[in-house]
Amino acid sequence: MLPQVPIAAYLILAAVLFSTGVAAFLIKRNLITIFMSIELMLNAVNLTFVAFAHMWHQVSGQIFVFFVMVVAAAEAAVGLAIIIAIFRTRETLNVDQIDLMKS
Amino acid sequence: MQLALFLIFGGLAVAGALNLLLQRHPINSALSLVVVMMSLAVLYWSLGAEFLAASQVIVYSGAIMVFFVFVIMLLNAGEEERTTGSRAAYLVGFPGAAAIFCLLSFVFLSERKALGYTNIGGYLNHVTSNISEISTILFTKLLLPFEVTSILILVAILGAVVLARKEQ
Repeated sequence: MLPQVPIAAYLILAAVLFSTGVAAFLIKRNLITIFMSIELMLNAVNLTFVAFAHMWHQVSGQIFVFFVMVVAAAEAAVGLAIIIAIFRTRETLNVDQIDLMKS
Repeated sequence: MQLALFLIFGGLAVAGALNLLLQRHPINSALSLVVVMMSLAVLYWSLGAEFLAASQVIVYSGAIMVFFVFVIMLLNAGEEERTTGSRAAYLVGFPGAAAIFCLLSFVFLSERKALGYTNIGGYLNHVTSNISEISTILFTKLLLPFEVTSILILVAILGAVVLARKEQ
């Protein structure tokens, strides 16, 4: 009998990745790195979808991961274009200096 | 086999995520994120999602991360500097992330018995192939959402071109 892994272990791995993404989102000061931590959080959620799809022997979770990937690709394109536009006008990527909307 | 794959690539994913958090230069963070995505592709494969493993490598590691590295090179981004804002973020960030982790792992561990165990490769109910099942559902029941994603991608491309265009 092969040693099996509990599904809870996969879910806790996803929780570790998600909370690392949250910490990086709050702590990092660079706009591009903050954007990368959002991608890390999306990936952690995808892992839970695949683990639950495996648990229920259904394919719906995997289809949802496909849609998350499409939205992440669209978001990366638009977000990086916004970063380029901000860098053109403000000449910085530090979020402490990008406070135009703060009164 | 499943346990070895989980330990090796799960550990690699956590190490890559922590490296993303600790590195100062964005290009190092981007490369460690590639490590995370590649090891997640192996974990998807071990859970029986072969199509997603392939598209994870192609879409995330291939397309999105190349895009990130390209923008970092284009903007010539340097190391991030420590400011007063980062000290406040340390005070809020680590306890907040730890609270989220504790909550999630408490829920998962208390439902540990009901969740069950994994088998390598996985198997779907009354289905021969993973990819044929995904495509059957995607092109029959979920055809409208699938077509809407193509419009979403088109709008995102147009928006990116308009935003990144040089002002005359």
